[in-house]
Amino acid sequence: MALKKVNAVVIGAGAGGGIVAKELAVAGLSVVLLERGKWYTPFDCRKDDLRNQRVPALGSAFGPDDDRYVRVFVDAKGEEHLVRPSDGDYHNNAACVGGGTFSYGALAWRYMEKDFRMRSTYGAVEGSTLEDWPISYNDLEPYYEKAEWEIGVSGDDSNNPFKGPRKKPLPMPPLPAARENQILRDTAELLGLHPFDAPTARNTVPYNGRGACMRCRWCVGFACEVDAKCGTHNTVIPKALNSGNCELRTECVAKEILTDAKGRVTGVAYFDSNDRLQEQPADLVVVSGSATESPRLLLNSKSALFPNGLGNRYDWVGRNLQGHAYAGAYGLFDFDVYDDLGPGATLAICDYNHGNPGLIGGGALANEFVRLPYNFSQLRVPGVPRWGAAHKEFVRKWFKRNIAVHGPVQEIPVFDSRVQVDPKVKDYWGIPVSRLSGLNHPKTLETAKYVALKAETWLKECGAVQTWLKMPGRGLSGSQHQAGTCRMGDDPKTSVVNRNCQVHDVPNLFVVDGSVHVTNGGFNPALTIMAIAYYASDHMVRTWKGTQFRG
Amino acid sequence: MRKLNRRKFMQLAATAAVAPTIACTKAISQWRFLTLEEARTLEALCGQIVPTDQDPGATQAGVVNFIDRQLVGHLKRHQEDYREGLVGVDQTSQALHGRKFADLPVEKQLAVLAVLEKGEAAGEVWKKRSAKAFFDLVVNHTMQGFYGDPRHGGNRDGVSWKMLGVPYPPIRGRQQYDLTKPGKSG
Repeated sequence: MALKKVNAVVIGAGAGGGIVAKELAVAGLSVVLLERGKWYTPFDCRKDDLRNQRVPALGSAFGPDDDRYVRVFVDAKGEEHLVRPSDGDYHNNAACVGGGTFSYGALAWRYMEKDFRMRSTYGAVEGSTLEDWPISYNDLEPYYEKAEWEIGVSGDDSNNPFKGPRKKPLPMPPLPAARENQILRDTAELLGLHPFDAPTARNTVPYNGRGACMRCRWCVGFACEVDAKCGTHNTVIPKALNSGNCELRTECVAKEILTDAKGRVTGVAYFDSNDRLQEQPADLVVVSGSATESPRLLLNSKSALFPNGLGNRYDWVGRNLQGHAYAGAYGLFDFDVYDDLGPGATLAICDYNHGNPGLIGGGALANEFVRLPYNFSQLRVPGVPRWGAAHKEFVRKWFKRNIAVHGPVQEIPVFDSRVQVDPKVKDYWGIPVSRLSGLNHPKTLETAKYVALKAETWLKECGAVQTWLKMPGRGLSGSQHQAGTCRMGDDPKTSVVNRNCQVHDVPNLFVVDGSVHVTNGGFNPALTIMAIAYYASDHMVRTWKGTQFRG
Repeated sequence: MRKLNRRKFMQLAATAAVAPTIACTKAISQWRFLTLEEARTLEALCGQIVPTDQDPGATQAGVVNFIDRQLVGHLKRHQEDYREGLVGVDQTSQALHGRKFADLPVEKQLAVLAVLEKGEAAGEVWKKRSAKAFFDLVVNHTMQGFYGDPRHGGNRDGVSWKMLGVPYPPIRGRQQYDLTKPGKSG
C-alpha cells in the first residue's frame, strides 16, 4: 500500500541529498529523506584503525555491510569478481546519515575556473569524453560561499594565487602548523611555490554550536569524537528535521523510481528497515545516492516508456566513472618530523593544478593525514622487504621520520569506465547490483607522474634522505571521490541531466551528487557536490513556487 | 512458558551434566577456531613475519590470538585458507627439511618462507591453492594483529605502539590555538 504523498523524496542523506532535503524543507516542501545506512553519532567514534572508512580490514565501519551488499567488479584483464564493501574493488563510499561527509578527511575545495572548462582549455583528447561544464565557476561561486558558511570551513587560501575569485573569506581560521606542515611550508616558499592552509570542513574554533578540533591522529576515515568535523549529518540534516517538514527514514533501500504513463515520476519503491516493500508517492524525486549507486537506481527503474532505465535514452547513464588518480611521494628524514599533532592534510599548493607543460590538468598537493602504525606498515618501499626483521626495523626507525605529500590528480573521463547493472547478480533485497568496469586514461597517468615528481622534488628540498614515488595504477578509480556517471550538459544526447541537475526527459526527477560532475577537478570533490546541491535546490524551490512541477 | 515438572527437570539436568564430558574427550584447544597444532605452526610463522628483537614481536603481541579471534569474526571467510594453508606449510617444511615448520631452527624457517613467498613451495596442498596467496594473507593479518588496535585481540598491551613511541590513549587538549594571529597560523 502506498504511503501518504509528499512533495519530495530525496534518496541518500550524503553531501548532496542532505543539503537538498534541508533547502526544500525550509522552503516549505514536505520531504522524505531516505538513507540506506544508519544514523551514527560522535559516540560511535571508535578510533578503530582496522575498521574504518579508509581501512576496512575488519569491515566498513559506516556501512554498507558485507552481508547484504555486493557488486561485480571487472578487472583490467576483463575478469569478473564478486566484491563486498570491505574489498577495495567495491569502490565504497560510506552509507550512513551524512554519507561520505560523516567520516571524510573534510578537505573542502572550490574547483578552479579552468576545472569547469577543461575542453576549452585543453582541446579534444582521443579516447576521452573531456568536455566543458554547462555552468561556470561564477555560477557556483555564491553556492560555494553558502556551503562554506553553512557547513563550516576553516583554512586560509589568501596565499593561493590560482584560486577562483571569492567574495567572502572562509569563516574559520586554520589550525596552527604542526611540524611537518611548517617544514613543507618553508621549503615550498624557497622553491617559489605558493603554500597555503588547505580549506577543510573542520571546526578550528567553536562554530555552529560545536567545539573545535582537538588534533588527534584519527581523522580521515573516522567519525570525529568531538564532533568538530562538519558534514551534512551535523549541520543541514538537523536543520531539515527542525523545520518540521522533513522526515528522515534510515535503513531504507531504494529499489526503483516509479513513473506514470506520461513519463513523469510518481514516487519511489523502497525496502524499509524491516525489509518490507514500501511505495512513497511524491511530486518530485531527487536521487543523491553517489556516482556508483545513483546510476544503478536509474538503470533499475525500467518501464515501457524507459526500457533502458530513466535518463538513459542515449546510453549515458553510468558512463564516465571517475575518481582521482592519487599521485605523490614519500620522504624519509634523519630527524623527527612527527609531533603527534593531527590531523594532517593542512598544507597545500595549487601550483600544479593547471599549466603543466604538454599535460592535461593536474592536482593539488598536500601533506597526507597522520599515518597510523598499521597504515605505515603497509607502505611498499623500494628495497625494503614487506616482512621480517628488516621490515620491523624500517617501521621502527622511520615511523616518526617520514612525510607524505600527495594529491588528487584530475582524471580525463573515459566513456567506457562505467557503472552498469549486472544481469545476474542481485543483492540481499533482490535488486540487481552495480557492475564496475573500465580503465584510467593514459594521459591521466602522464599527468600523475609529473605531479608525483614535483612532490618528490619538494620533499628532497625539505631534506629527505630517501624518497620514492606514489603512483596510481591503470585500474578504475572511484571510491570516496567517485563522480561523473550522470553527466550534466545542455545536449540531451551527450548528457543525463541539464544544468539544473534535472534529468533531460523527466521534468520532476533530479540527480544531485558527484554523478553530475562533467570533470572532477584536481581536488577532493565534497564542497563542489555541496555547492551544486545548493544551486540545484535553488532551481527546485523556484520552480516549485511557480508550477509545482505540474507543467 | 511450559511448566517444568520434576521428571523433565531431572532429564535436562542429566543432559547438561553429560554434555561437557563429551566435549572434553576431544583434544582441548584454548583457541576459538585453530587446533593446538595449527596454532603452534601459525605462531612460528607469525614469529618470523614480525620477529622478536630488542622489542616484542608477533609472539608477545598475541598475533595468533588476533587471527584466531578474527577467524570466527570478520575473517571467517578465510577459515578454509588457514585450515589447508597451515597443513601446506608443514608439507613444504617436511619436503625441504624433514621436520615440521615449528620445530625448525630460524634459518630453515626463513628458507621455507622464502619459497612460500615465491609460490614455488612443494607440498600436496599447494597443487590446488597458491602458496604465495596464503603467505600474503598471513603477512597481512600479522601486520594487522601486530600494529592494529589492541581491541581486536592482537598488539597486546599496545606493544607495537610503545615500540614506535605513540602514546595511547592520546594526550587531549593539544589544540595550541594562537588566536592572536587570525588567518595565519603558528
